[in-house]
Amino acid sequence: MTLTKAELADLLFEKVGLNKREAKDMVEAFFEEVRHALEAGDSVKLSGFGNFQLRDKPQRPGRNPKTGEEIPITARRVVTFHASQKLKATVESVRNEQST
Amino acid sequence: MTKSELIARLAGRFPQLVAKDADLTVKVVLDAMSLALARGDRIEIRGFGSFALNYRPPRMGRNPKSGEKVLVPAKHVPHFKAGKELRERVDQPQS
Repeated sequence: MTLTKAELADLLFEKVGLNKREAKDMVEAFFEEVRHALEAGDSVKLSGFGNFQLRDKPQRPGRNPKTGEEIPITARRVVTFHASQKLKATVESVRNEQST
Repeated sequence: MTKSELIARLAGRFPQLVAKDADLTVKVVLDAMSLALARGDRIEIRGFGSFALNYRPPRMGRNPKSGEKVLVPAKHVPHFKAGKELRERVDQPQS
């Protein structure tokens, strides 16, 4: 099973009481606000879940794995996610229950 | 941006809703995402990214204080991979 925007919208319909249209728009808005903050260079800290941070990576040498040709990997800004202690603990506890 | 700032921004986008709806929305979305990962499910949000668990096999570690060898048990850690749209928008030159 994979959790997608459609399932999240269903949950907002059931648990928050939004209508279907609002639920769909709200899910879209949720991720758009996070993208927007990151795009503006602002990190996003969602307590209990995790942090989205930005890292500026310098240019480094790379290689085309097919041809073996050397090509530089350009400098870029990337997003990293760090799960909170709470999320890590939640994942561990449930996984351990399942494996025992 | 913190969780409370996110709630405020969502509330501002949906003036027809009460403020509590934005608050509850953020809680419901984050709880559902945490639960999905705990179940071992993936999360796939088009244009944003995907979350999955990465397996870390058990290994022999060392207690840095005593130098004693200890077995570090296997575990699963959440991993995020940014989607195409997020990757491209974040990497735009800042104006």
